[in-house]
Amino acid sequence: MAALRSTSRLVASSKPLFRPAVFARSYATVEAAAQDPNPSEAPRTKTFHVYRWNPDQPTEKPKMQSYSLDLNKTGPMMLDALIRIKNEMDPTLTFRRSCREGICGSCAMNIDGVNTLACLCRIPTDTAKESRIYPLPHTYVVKDLVPDLTQFYKQYKSIKPYLQRDTKTEDGLEFRQSPEDRKKLDGLYECILCACCSTSCPSYWWNSEEYLGPAILLQSYRWLADSRDEKTAERKHALDNSMSVYRCHTILNCSRTCPKGLNPARAIAEIKKLMASH
Amino acid sequence: MARLSGLQREVLSLYRKCLREIRKKPLETRSNFKTYTRTEFQKYISINKKDFNAIEYLLRKGYRQLEMYSSPGIRNVR
Repeated sequence: MAALRSTSRLVASSKPLFRPAVFARSYATVEAAAQDPNPSEAPRTKTFHVYRWNPDQPTEKPKMQSYSLDLNKTGPMMLDALIRIKNEMDPTLTFRRSCREGICGSCAMNIDGVNTLACLCRIPTDTAKESRIYPLPHTYVVKDLVPDLTQFYKQYKSIKPYLQRDTKTEDGLEFRQSPEDRKKLDGLYECILCACCSTSCPSYWWNSEEYLGPAILLQSYRWLADSRDEKTAERKHALDNSMSVYRCHTILNCSRTCPKGLNPARAIAEIKKLMASH
Repeated sequence: MARLSGLQREVLSLYRKCLREIRKKPLETRSNFKTYTRTEFQKYISINKKDFNAIEYLLRKGYRQLEMYSSPGIRNVR
C-alpha cells in the first residue's frame, strides 16, 4: 500500500512538470463546465413521453410517462436523453443500449413515429414539440422499451447466415474474391440487424410468422450474392414459396426507415429477379 | 363445469404440458417441479378472465419458462 501511494504521488508530481500549461487549462474548463455549461442560454426544457409497461404487474395497462429535461445539460442524441432520465430521474426505465454509435443495433425503438436507433437520432431542437418514444411496433414487449426479438432471430437462423461450401481452394488457403465480387456485398454487409425495417413493414406486421421481413431477406440476399457461397440453388429453393419473399409488396417503409441508410427493398427486388430467372 | 373460453383452454393446455414435462425429470425431484409449477400458476389465479392482454402475456412467459425448464440439464428446482 505504501509503495503504491508513493508511486502515485510521483506520477502526480511529475506530470505538471512536463506539461504545466495544458494541465491547468483543461482542468479549468472541466470545472467551469461542471458549474454552468452555457451561462448565457436560458434552459431549454423539452418533454419526452416514454412508453412504460412493467411485466411484474401484468394486469396494469401500459402507460405513457412524461419526463422534462433541460437540453443544455443533455447530450445531442435521444439515447443521451434516455440515459439521463435513467440516471437522474427514474432508474426503473428500461431500454437496451450498448455502443452508443450505431453499430450494435441494441437501441432500436420508435421515436416520434419513426423506427430508428436512439443513438443515431438527434433530439429535435424545437422544445415546443414533445417527443414520444415507443418500443418497436408490433413486437411483444419484454419491458418498457425492450422488444422481444426471439422470432426475428429464429428467422435469421432459418436462412443459414454463414458461408456454405463443399470444395476447397486449390492452394488450401482462404477463399478469395475479386474486387468486383466484393463490391456486390456493399450495402448488404453493413446491416446490423436492428429490426427497424422489419418492424416498420405492414406486410411483416400481418405475416410475421411466415414472411421473413426486409432485414432477414437483405441478409438472405447477402449470401445469395456472395461469390464464395456454393449453396445458392438450395438457398433459392428454400425461399421458393408464396410466403417467404413474395409477401413483399414494395411498400418501401424498410428503405425509408433504415438508420444505416441501406436499401432492403432493393435486395428483395434482386432476390425476386434471381428467383424469376431460375 | 362451465364451458371454458379459448384462452382458458390454452392455459389448461399449458398446465398439462408442464405436468407432462415433469414426468421426464428424475423421480426424487419431481415433487419440487410440481410445487414450482403450481405456485407459478397460483400466483396469477386472481386475474380477471377477461384481461386478455395480461393472460396472453403470461401464456407467452409460461411457454418460455417451460421451454427453458424442460431442457434435460435442469434436474432440480427449489
